[in-house]
Amino acid sequence: MAYEFSGRDELSDAELLELSKEAESEATPSTIRVMFNEFKADKTAMASAIFIVAFILLVVIGSFFINVPQIMQTDLMGYYAKPFTNYILGGDSSGRPILSQLVVGSRNSILIAIGLTAISSTFGVVYGLVSGYYGGYVDLTMQRVYDFMMIIPMLMTIIVLVTIIPHYNAITLTLLLSIFYWMGTSRLIRSSTLAESQKDYVAASKVSGTSNLKIMFREILPNISSLIIVDTTLSFAENIGVETGLSYLGFGLPDGTPSLGTLIANANDPNNITQYWWTWLPAALEIILLCLAISYVGQVLRRTANASQRRGN
Amino acid sequence: MWKTILRRILIMIPELIVLSILVFLMAKAMPGDPFTGSINPKSNPAEIHRLMAANGLFDPWYVQYWHWVVNLFHGNLGMSYEYQMPVVDLIKQRGMNTLWLAVFTMILTYAIGLPLGIYAGKNEGKWSDTLIRIYTYVTMSIPFFVVLVIGIWIFGYALGWFPTSGSISPSVSGFGPSLLSRLGHIILPGLLGALFGTVNIIQYLRSQVIDSKHSAFVKTEVAKGVPSKAIYRHHIFRNSVLPIAAFAGYSITGLLGGSIFTEMIFSYPGMGQLFLNAVNFRDYTVITTLVLLYGFLNLLGTLISDIVLSIVDPRIRIE
Repeated sequence: MAYEFSGRDELSDAELLELSKEAESEATPSTIRVMFNEFKADKTAMASAIFIVAFILLVVIGSFFINVPQIMQTDLMGYYAKPFTNYILGGDSSGRPILSQLVVGSRNSILIAIGLTAISSTFGVVYGLVSGYYGGYVDLTMQRVYDFMMIIPMLMTIIVLVTIIPHYNAITLTLLLSIFYWMGTSRLIRSSTLAESQKDYVAASKVSGTSNLKIMFREILPNISSLIIVDTTLSFAENIGVETGLSYLGFGLPDGTPSLGTLIANANDPNNITQYWWTWLPAALEIILLCLAISYVGQVLRRTANASQRRGN
Repeated sequence: MWKTILRRILIMIPELIVLSILVFLMAKAMPGDPFTGSINPKSNPAEIHRLMAANGLFDPWYVQYWHWVVNLFHGNLGMSYEYQMPVVDLIKQRGMNTLWLAVFTMILTYAIGLPLGIYAGKNEGKWSDTLIRIYTYVTMSIPFFVVLVIGIWIFGYALGWFPTSGSISPSVSGFGPSLLSRLGHIILPGLLGALFGTVNIIQYLRSQVIDSKHSAFVKTEVAKGVPSKAIYRHHIFRNSVLPIAAFAGYSITGLLGGSIFTEMIFSYPGMGQLFLNAVNFRDYTVITTLVLLYGFLNLLGTLISDIVLSIVDPRIRIE
């Protein structure tokens, strides 16, 4: 229903308002809007998203009230304390409270995962955009680098590098991991950029003299933004596994810094795994719940990105 | 097709060279030198200096690299100072265990993945399909090592169905019993590994079957009155299953990476465990050899996959 002009040159404010409202209702909804609708239509996704945000806030804020060096001290009274005796979730083999370790460990693991996701996704997006947009020899060279990164035995190399680097901490660990976890994103972005750069609007923009940088980051990037959001969410779930797995093996965060992985490593002791289940099981369950929730949100976002699968409207 | 394969192999050569340089530099960056542990610390510093010079440790890095590569080609990978035996022999020993577990996992992966993927595609939208999709979604989200830990806790310790460490029971003798004992030790890790490995196969097959179900040629067959069983057997399965063969090569990467977790959690004496031990004892010759070997296997895996894919899917050759 188009607005009919009454023949006058000037529009009154009321008419202008009505016109803009009409334009708004007929335009394709923005990505953010579509995502919001999708969440409104799916209660489980809404609950998962709220759970994730609340949980992250809780552990980050909660960890401020915990004195890490103090809880990491050996306490003979709390030696393998059962849950609800000395401590709420019991104590480990050195009598350190599990709950406090869990809160601080979650914060460390989640912050590293967020940092890792931010760095590796940004790099992967830029790499994929440049490679896919320029094509030709640029793409060929960049894909050779990609191929080479794929054949490096990642986990082994990271472990070796962790042992070589002197005095590493959470930040060096995050940077080190970022070197190895951008490939998936870059591959995805490259293929969608390849498809996108064949479209008319890119050709039109090129003809009218827009700079390549501007086309890549101001025109193509917004058009694949939904894809990036989905990919980032899913990599976040994966990256929680990366750091905790490494800490579990003993090559992640240094000793005395709790992580979800170091807590699960308690399960390496046959006595702990059977008799003192509270030393490791809560951390394992937490990782499972968190990863399931995050990737559930990712799946919902994926539906958003793919118009044919939407549930909301 | 030969052109594609040849080109693919030619690309491999520079990759291999860069990988070896990287591994060599990594070895150089590690504290200590190849004699750490094997030289008596009390010996005369001048004597140590002479030994190091004789072994070319004061040469520029590219000269040292060259000697290292030449040695590599002669099968001389150095000695493990922790085990006091040639690295080649050590890897032969442990490699068999890892290979044994990997092959078993791979067989299980296909045995579970193929039927589930086709079944899900065939029954698209039904509750069985939904169930299979929930399974793929859950295994895709949870980190592998957490499932291994929970798996060994429930089935190894609590229920006691499977052994929780080693590759063979110590008291077993004779071919039959020892084979059974070996099998018993790899069932649980193999099964857990396969549960994770199947996800890609299931997702790929499912979408492949659904795609061909809705394709024009299948609709034509249906219109001509061909029974649906025959359509599935002759067209849909054949089209969908062939490219799956190519996944075998790619999955080597995943299997090897996962083997570090599996072998640590199940105390399984394979190459992954050997690697972790070597890192803890700073057994550098073993570390560098293993990184190089795993990289080479990754390379070989992708090469095989690419070749298989180019045979199966002619479109790739044209590209």
